[in-house]
Amino acid sequence: MELFFQQVLNGLTLGSIYGLVALGLTLVYGILHVPNFAHGALYMVGAYVSYITMVDFGVNYWVAMLLAAVAVALLAVLCERLVFNPLRHAPPIHDKIAAIGIMLFLEALVQMQWGAEFRRMPTPYTDILDIAGMTIPAQRVLIIAGAFSLMAVLHLFLKKTMTGSTIVAMAQNREGAFLVGIDANRVAMMTFAISGALAAVGATLFAPINLVYPAMGHLLIMKAFVIIILGGMGSIPGAIVGGLIIGFAEAFGGFYISTDYKDIIAFALLVVILSIKPTGLFSKGVH
Amino acid sequence: MSALTKISNFFMTPAMKIAMIVAALLFPFVAGNEYQIYVMALAFVWAIAVYGMNIITGLCGQLNLAHGGFFAMGAYALAILTVDHGWAFWPAFIAAGAVGAILGFLVGVISLRLKEHYFAIFTLCVGFIIYLLLDKWEELTHGALGIINIPAPSGFGLVDFTETTPFYYLALAFMVLSIWLASRIAHSLLGRTFLAIRISDDLAASLGINLMRNKVLAFVLSTTYASVAGALYAGMVRFIGPAEAEVTHTFDMITYLLVGGIGTLMGPLLGTLVITWLTQSLQFLEEYRMIVFGPMLVVLVIFFPKGVVGSFLSWRGRRLAAAHDASQAKEKAASNTSSSKSSAASTQEAGNHA
Repeated sequence: MELFFQQVLNGLTLGSIYGLVALGLTLVYGILHVPNFAHGALYMVGAYVSYITMVDFGVNYWVAMLLAAVAVALLAVLCERLVFNPLRHAPPIHDKIAAIGIMLFLEALVQMQWGAEFRRMPTPYTDILDIAGMTIPAQRVLIIAGAFSLMAVLHLFLKKTMTGSTIVAMAQNREGAFLVGIDANRVAMMTFAISGALAAVGATLFAPINLVYPAMGHLLIMKAFVIIILGGMGSIPGAIVGGLIIGFAEAFGGFYISTDYKDIIAFALLVVILSIKPTGLFSKGVH
Repeated sequence: MSALTKISNFFMTPAMKIAMIVAALLFPFVAGNEYQIYVMALAFVWAIAVYGMNIITGLCGQLNLAHGGFFAMGAYALAILTVDHGWAFWPAFIAAGAVGAILGFLVGVISLRLKEHYFAIFTLCVGFIIYLLLDKWEELTHGALGIINIPAPSGFGLVDFTETTPFYYLALAFMVLSIWLASRIAHSLLGRTFLAIRISDDLAASLGINLMRNKVLAFVLSTTYASVAGALYAGMVRFIGPAEAEVTHTFDMITYLLVGGIGTLMGPLLGTLVITWLTQSLQFLEEYRMIVFGPMLVVLVIFFPKGVVGSFLSWRGRRLAAAHDASQAKEKAASNTSSSKSSAASTQEAGNHA
């Protein structure tokens, strides 16, 4: 039974990180209809910024997370201005190729600057908590709490503030949003900034129990894509639920079936679901 | 007629094709050393795979990100059959092509129910599944160790394909055959059907085109190209590992395709040759070549989405149109020599604006 709860905890940890990354991806998709293949690279840059500021400059964990969020948000806005904005009227295939170009560039740049070796990110939260007979590493509690509170904040921002509403409005109906005077450029830049910041925070939370290396975003971005296809592209609740589904499927599949093939589970699930229902699980009226 | 027009007209004549083939035949004699011949032969092998990608992505407009995976499948099919099961090279080679076609059909039937972004993402995942399988399924694929001692193509006692120069001519022959087949497809009704699908799914369907059947056909053609190229690659390099299926190979092929000109006939070859030799001359960049190629990919799609050949064709199309306005008589002469090509260019224009 204890092993079972360990897997539940694993599933929650993985699911909340996947959810965070997928949220950023789905927000961008909802607004611009661009599948941002560079999102995984933004996640990786976020991890490196926190790592470098913490290890080389001795900055506090939370300050490093904030710095990473700001840096990656700026980088994401830069990508939007320089690449995705000029391409907004191009055929859809061009956006995808450009996003791949950004991804390759960022990875090669980080590898040239800091090398390809694996690094371990330090964290101030190394204690092992003991709750009701279960041992839980503090970092995992931090990941779950951090990710879900961030999701709650994002939800409030989108629903309760005027600026947040402009993002939702634009995702729902582009022309309608223009009619009521919403500035498309501002919304696009803001969405990219939020998506980049989410990726950076996700990376800083997750990296201490994982490793930091230039290709760390690859697998994650593909899983995030699986999640937003499952959850319906552009759907925010879909990204969170989809993240948890994949997180749990991996935790339990890795434990009960085979650790070797645990990374394949998400993709196999995608193949099975899309074969039965090509529009994804929760996509109704979501565009 | 200005000199520029004359030169651009020459590019369109059959004489140009013959000149290119002759140049390719003479290349081993003018090459400085064996290494250059080797690089060229490798570029030809890659070009075959890029022609496959051109069918599904360039003509049919579906971005297939599993292409490198199918390339690796072809290489592995050949390696497993020859090394582990003792098949001779050529039967295994044909089997590798068949494996590519069958797997392409199975993947295509599922993945092509999805459109645009969904299709691209799905194929990205398929490519990754292929990579994981090659890496983890040790009983079949030897896992991360890879497969060594793959036999070279057998020359039936006449030629020895372990030598670089004979293999160069073999690769050249296969590549010319691939280009010829690609041109037959592009100029046939089938090629026009693929173009119609690229321009608009709905429009093509309203013309009575069976979308699914044609897309699957394009997909199977492209994966067969990829696995044949992969099998040749295995016979040339004679050592393969799971790294062949890495997604960077797919991205390399997209770069070749974009530089040369997506959807054009000579674009894949030109792009592959240009980038291969550029990479060779930037040897010191090998590991970091993406620092140059990444931004180049972005700049290309923003400013030159048609690539070298596509830009040339539309530039020529504009010149011909200008000449057409200037003089009725000249128009007749010009259109007689190049009606097919300029109409291909104009269809492509329409495709890019759609």
